[in-house]
Amino acid sequence: MHKKTLLELSQTLRKREISSVELTRYFLSRIERYDSQLNSFITITPELALQQAQLADDSYKAGTADLLTGIPLAHKDIFCTLGVKTSCGSKMLDNFIAPYNATVVEKCQAAGMVMLGKTNMDEFAMGSSNETSYYGAVKNPWDTAAVPGGSSGGSAAAVAAGIAPIATGTDTGGSIRQPAALCGLTGLKPTYGTVSRYGMIAFASSLDQGGPIAKTAEDAALLLNVMTGFDQRDSTSLDRPTEDYTAHLQRDIKGLKIGLPKEYFGEGLDHEVAKVLEAAIKELEQAGASLHEIHLPNTHLAVPVYYIIAPAECSSNLSRYDGVRFGYRCENPKDLIDMYKRSRGEAFGAEVKRRIMIGTYALSAGYYDAYYLKAQQLRRLISNDFQQAFQQVDVILGPTSPSVAFNLGEKANDPVTMYLSDIYTIATNLAGIPALSIPAGFVNQRPVGLQLLGNYFSEARLLNIAHQYQQRTDWHQQKPQGFA
Amino acid sequence: MTWETVIGLEVHAQLATKSKLFSGSATAYGAPPNTQACSVDLGLPGVLPVLNEEAVYMACKFGLSINANVALRSVFARKNYFYPDLPKGYQISQYELPVVERGNLLIELEDYEKVIGITRAHLEEDAGKSLHEDFQGLTGIDLNRAGTPLLEIVSEPDMRSAKEAIAYMKKLHSLVRYLGICDGNMQEGSFRCDANVSVRPKGQETLGTRAELKNLNSFRFVERAINYEVDRQISILESGGTVLQETRLYDADKNETRSMRSKEEANDYRYFPDPDLLPLIIEPDFLQEVKSHLPELPNDKKQRFINDYGLSAYDASVLTASRELADYFEETVQTSSSDAKLCANWVMGDLSASLNKYNLEITQAPISAAHLAGILRRITDNTISGKIAKQVFELMWDGAGNADEIIEKQGLKQVTDTSLIEKIIDDVIANNPTQLADYRSDKDKLFGFFVGQVMKLSKGKANPAQVNELLKKKLS
Repeated sequence: MHKKTLLELSQTLRKREISSVELTRYFLSRIERYDSQLNSFITITPELALQQAQLADDSYKAGTADLLTGIPLAHKDIFCTLGVKTSCGSKMLDNFIAPYNATVVEKCQAAGMVMLGKTNMDEFAMGSSNETSYYGAVKNPWDTAAVPGGSSGGSAAAVAAGIAPIATGTDTGGSIRQPAALCGLTGLKPTYGTVSRYGMIAFASSLDQGGPIAKTAEDAALLLNVMTGFDQRDSTSLDRPTEDYTAHLQRDIKGLKIGLPKEYFGEGLDHEVAKVLEAAIKELEQAGASLHEIHLPNTHLAVPVYYIIAPAECSSNLSRYDGVRFGYRCENPKDLIDMYKRSRGEAFGAEVKRRIMIGTYALSAGYYDAYYLKAQQLRRLISNDFQQAFQQVDVILGPTSPSVAFNLGEKANDPVTMYLSDIYTIATNLAGIPALSIPAGFVNQRPVGLQLLGNYFSEARLLNIAHQYQQRTDWHQQKPQGFA
Repeated sequence: MTWETVIGLEVHAQLATKSKLFSGSATAYGAPPNTQACSVDLGLPGVLPVLNEEAVYMACKFGLSINANVALRSVFARKNYFYPDLPKGYQISQYELPVVERGNLLIELEDYEKVIGITRAHLEEDAGKSLHEDFQGLTGIDLNRAGTPLLEIVSEPDMRSAKEAIAYMKKLHSLVRYLGICDGNMQEGSFRCDANVSVRPKGQETLGTRAELKNLNSFRFVERAINYEVDRQISILESGGTVLQETRLYDADKNETRSMRSKEEANDYRYFPDPDLLPLIIEPDFLQEVKSHLPELPNDKKQRFINDYGLSAYDASVLTASRELADYFEETVQTSSSDAKLCANWVMGDLSASLNKYNLEITQAPISAAHLAGILRRITDNTISGKIAKQVFELMWDGAGNADEIIEKQGLKQVTDTSLIEKIIDDVIANNPTQLADYRSDKDKLFGFFVGQVMKLSKGKANPAQVNELLKKKLS
């Protein structure tokens, strides 16, 4: 049952071969059985899940069920869930019971989906390995000595181990795509403004975007259909006609022009990973795509620009965690300043503090022009690189991550090396364009992710290519051992 | 040495929108603490701001009425600082690109007029309130006010005395009320002011070091605080000291200003564009719409009062000082069909005097414009004299009914029956032989005496014009 795709599960439910309550119990028991090895969930919500499953079964009986009604999913613990702890992976919000549902949560609920629980993540989504979580590191199902990637590491690990059929994630600099790559999954970061950010706890507002982490491109398209849509509560949400992202999955990709940026295949990319990608590229060529070498000359600026803009925004976004109204407050504060200092000092982890410090510095009087303003200007250049490339090619192909999953603890004390592991994913967030990662092979039994980048609103096209690739390969069907 | 005072004002006008600047919570004053604060106002994790269009409409209205440039593109920025009543740890304001730039306002003083430059006006959200009194060593936070829309109006340092500052502030106060964008209630904090004050030797071009005065929540306090501060700065300079750039708090009880924080202690607000809000783009059509619904502005109204009603510039100025007073006057003219000057005299005279006496606003007047018009109608059609009218006014103020009822009930109707008046005159003449003899030897001198006697005998009700005419005839 846990190997089934969403459409297969949907059919099983529709035929009443299984009820949603039974399906939900099945996944809850898998969580119970396997998650102690993975630590992929922060909160499991069995009662709520079974209630929702019962409602789903009722709507099947009443004949009002939608395509995904009754299918369980897991939400990254960054999405606010009414009446359920929403920690964002931080001690700061360990006691925070959200009094409202995020738009994404609301939409999934309205589609009849069943929430199994909230998945582990890097604290406030700041991290690429899931090691910054207050709730402990998450382990990669392919090798529990390895990280699952981050920040949506819990979601990726849960789906990869088949303890959740699908999950939501968020991506600020690669936080959906990189863990999807490291766990052998399909993860998509949509065009900025496509998925509402309302109720999605902000890390860097101009970069954050929610999206699906799934076993297949088709599954990702189905959940994306549910997650997207204009939301008047988010001023950066785009008011566009709704789209069916599954509509073009079956199209062949003859004549597709794929751009291969020179900068994505040079120094820094693991040789073995490069070989895996070469094979995948050949596969796409055989399917009718043409290959074109392109340049994204400002690629080298992406990491430094990102590490000004994201911390600047986070330093302000995280100011609300002051111990006054909600969240952690230190014991016996002497006075106001003591309360601020100790509440924040005791509840934020090292990586969050580091980024708040960087961001505060970058925005300070006298430094603003040299850092923040400069970074915004360079951001425009990075964005222009893509626009120029998309005049020549339909999509851009590259690695998702320079290497396969690294070992737990390997980079934890070296933030710069850790930041560099996001080199291929960060530029898309800066430009606001969509990108996805799909499994393309293995190096040392650890999955390799292939990344496809498209122009604004090209999600359907990207999913189409991914689906066609998955029709020709079976990398996405490989399962880690030990989670039968 | 003679010193010149330089003053610039920052006025915060609370916009009269129903809901907050970035959330749907109500803005009504005086609700129980934290009952008008939703998840957005509380700054809960995950919430996002959505701009209130009505507030933008009001800002545009203001911009157009001060001949300013309304920016078709402006940007909301975050002003970052920690304070318990600032839920998000930043205030959403406008910084580099405000919605209104470069306007001006004409102010009138006793013997001159002056144009005061307005540098900018921008939209921002208010903070909540910290309540220190009632919680025994703890501080209570009330977030009802958090997120309330404010228009911060920043003047050029164009004012040269406390009097000019007051004139500017009053003019601004009148304008925002005219426009219906702010209720102007200073006690409730809907209209607040900070003053930047410096002094320099007369003739010097460069500005002196300024102090920013806070907590000036009445016109009187603004004047007193500025005067105190000017004296303080001059005495520092005259004794060879230097003025520090700092923020000073006005203490109304002691009538003094005292230092709150120096420039060095000032926060670095780390302004940057709010990534949760797109730049505010105002379409030319929207601006045109605002323009077409702009009410008549004080200066236009004043000019119309001069032209249409033949009022003096002074009268027109007084009557247009507030929209409510102007409306009251116009309603009086229209319903009474009386001479506008007569109406103006009554509104500015008896009515204003009584309002002052009881410390009432025009909107609280116990006599409505329609009722006052009733009195004036009876003066115009000679039913009562001006003097009797004052009696009617007094009775009306005390709630005795409308003009006709009072005149009827009290028998105040003017006597116009010639024979009746003649009979009184005859009695007066008969009873005052000495005065009659005097009058006849030196005519003009005692005419008034006879008028007075006749009016007295008629209990003021005889028509004064008829009395004059008949008396002249009889005495000659």
